[in-house]
Amino acid sequence: MSFEYEAVIGLEIHVQLKTRSKVFAPSSYLYGGDVDPKSVEPNTLIDPVVLALPGALPVLNKAALEQSVRFGLLVGATIPPVSNWDRKNYFYPDSPKNYQLSQKDFPITIGGEVEIELPGPSRNIMGEHKVIRLNHAHLEEDVGKLSHAGAGSLVDYNRAGAPLLEIVTEPDLRSSEEAVALLNAIRMLLVAAGIADCDMEKGQMRCDANVSIRQHGETVLNTRTEMKNLNSISGVKNAIEYEFKRQIREVEAGKTIRQETRGWNAETGRTYSLRSKEDAHDYRYFPDPDLMPVQVSEADQARLAATLPERPYLRQRRYMEEFALPYTITSVLVPDRLLCEYFEAAVAAHPANPQGVANLIVNDLLRELTAAKKSGAEENSFAEENAAEEVAAVSLADCPLKAEELAGLVKLTDEGVISKQQAKDVFVEMFQTGKSAAAIVDAKGLRQSSDSGEIEKIIREVLALPSSEKPIAEFKSGNEKAINSLKGPVMKASKGKANPQVVDQVLRRLLGEL
Amino acid sequence: MDHLAKLARIALTAEEKARFGGELGTILNYFDQLKTVNVDGVEPSAHAFPVYNVLREDVPGPSLDVEMLLRIAPQARDRQVVVPRVVDDEG
Repeated sequence: MSFEYEAVIGLEIHVQLKTRSKVFAPSSYLYGGDVDPKSVEPNTLIDPVVLALPGALPVLNKAALEQSVRFGLLVGATIPPVSNWDRKNYFYPDSPKNYQLSQKDFPITIGGEVEIELPGPSRNIMGEHKVIRLNHAHLEEDVGKLSHAGAGSLVDYNRAGAPLLEIVTEPDLRSSEEAVALLNAIRMLLVAAGIADCDMEKGQMRCDANVSIRQHGETVLNTRTEMKNLNSISGVKNAIEYEFKRQIREVEAGKTIRQETRGWNAETGRTYSLRSKEDAHDYRYFPDPDLMPVQVSEADQARLAATLPERPYLRQRRYMEEFALPYTITSVLVPDRLLCEYFEAAVAAHPANPQGVANLIVNDLLRELTAAKKSGAEENSFAEENAAEEVAAVSLADCPLKAEELAGLVKLTDEGVISKQQAKDVFVEMFQTGKSAAAIVDAKGLRQSSDSGEIEKIIREVLALPSSEKPIAEFKSGNEKAINSLKGPVMKASKGKANPQVVDQVLRRLLGEL
Repeated sequence: MDHLAKLARIALTAEEKARFGGELGTILNYFDQLKTVNVDGVEPSAHAFPVYNVLREDVPGPSLDVEMLLRIAPQARDRQVVVPRVVDDEG
């Protein structure tokens, strides 16, 4: 007979922190600068500490420490009173010291939680939200890069010593969708806070998944397998799904699951057992004598907390409640902190119509920015799964329009100075020329007339026409709609520039006087 | 002894195993002696001095010349260090 199984998943997420130099060594690391680290010649980001030359001593990078603490504060983790570093001993040629500086018993952050959003029933409906607990996060060093060529392997130490934050979750995830949602949520948090860029294609975010299965309703944790180096969103999703099914097959065939490390082969779409490494897992951790422990004071925590952005999902709920923005609009704004700040600056300049401001940003501004980017330097297009990143990749840094100017256009539209249709054209011109909305409207003579004196004059002329007699009589006898037969000729006589609201107001007053 | 030697990538002769086994045994006995000390109320410490927060500003320094690295490597190619081929089972 067949049971209903559920997956029990915990992730270990490695994130390269956004610092300029390495975590324990002064060597440059070129993170997120103008230079793509991949394009750098091998072994040109090295120094005696990175290479573990005799006598070289590590010193902790203050920025790497602070970014780690900022992460902890962002997810509500505890920052323990003392944190220190251990040596994780193993032989592998990508690690020049034969040990990795890592943290075992006193990590930099403990606990915390991350809110995730599962895919909704459709793109424009918010999905279910869940909270995933974190176990801890520890700050360690990245290893070098191996490439295989003929009989030997080649080692490039450029990446060795890069600051790596390993975020370890509790086994709270129940499906591959939840695992993917967690990765997206963590990426959104880290990008918003400027802690990391989390581009999986560049290896800035990597993931190991621990997977076990149990029958629905059970609370036990069964033997798990660990899948290493899942380096894309689709890799994480497919490997977990494959492993879930594989474990069910094994259990149903009466076999037991062995605790082991498995590799994911993206080409065959299968996981495979890595050579038994029970020995290699005996890492013989001990405290590193070269690095002193750190204490992060309450004052430092408060200073760092003040640099954190509002958490994206909190911001999303606030936008939906405070500004009555629809979910679809908020889900475009919220992953991009700069876009949110731009939106808020525009709303501050024109508080009366946040929805109008948001629509203009999400529909028109992003369209123009994307078009401008495409016509600029040739960019590699991302795979489909990274479509969201493509939007994020459009940078507001290149935006020629200030938020206040964009707000000015919405204001002119709201005041009826120009129509919504005209606003679209004015926006394109603003974006291209950098001129203000008012300047363009004036230069093109688009300004609707709100001068009630002038409008009153036109209305009096129209009311005096013989063709107006019938609608006037109908309106006076209670036919409300008859007023439209009078507005048409008024708008025509004003060459379309009369403000419709002013026309309505004045027309009713004059009809009342008749 | 075999396990430790394997972890440390050291090949030991039978004679060496016997000698180091004895020496390690002495060290382990010494730790057993330490274990008998009552440390209730003493905070665990990894260092002899209460020094904290030895930090470096995030300012990149110059890189070593790659030639220096390649000179001290047993073998080099394409500006990289050559090591015996390492692959996992399905790689």
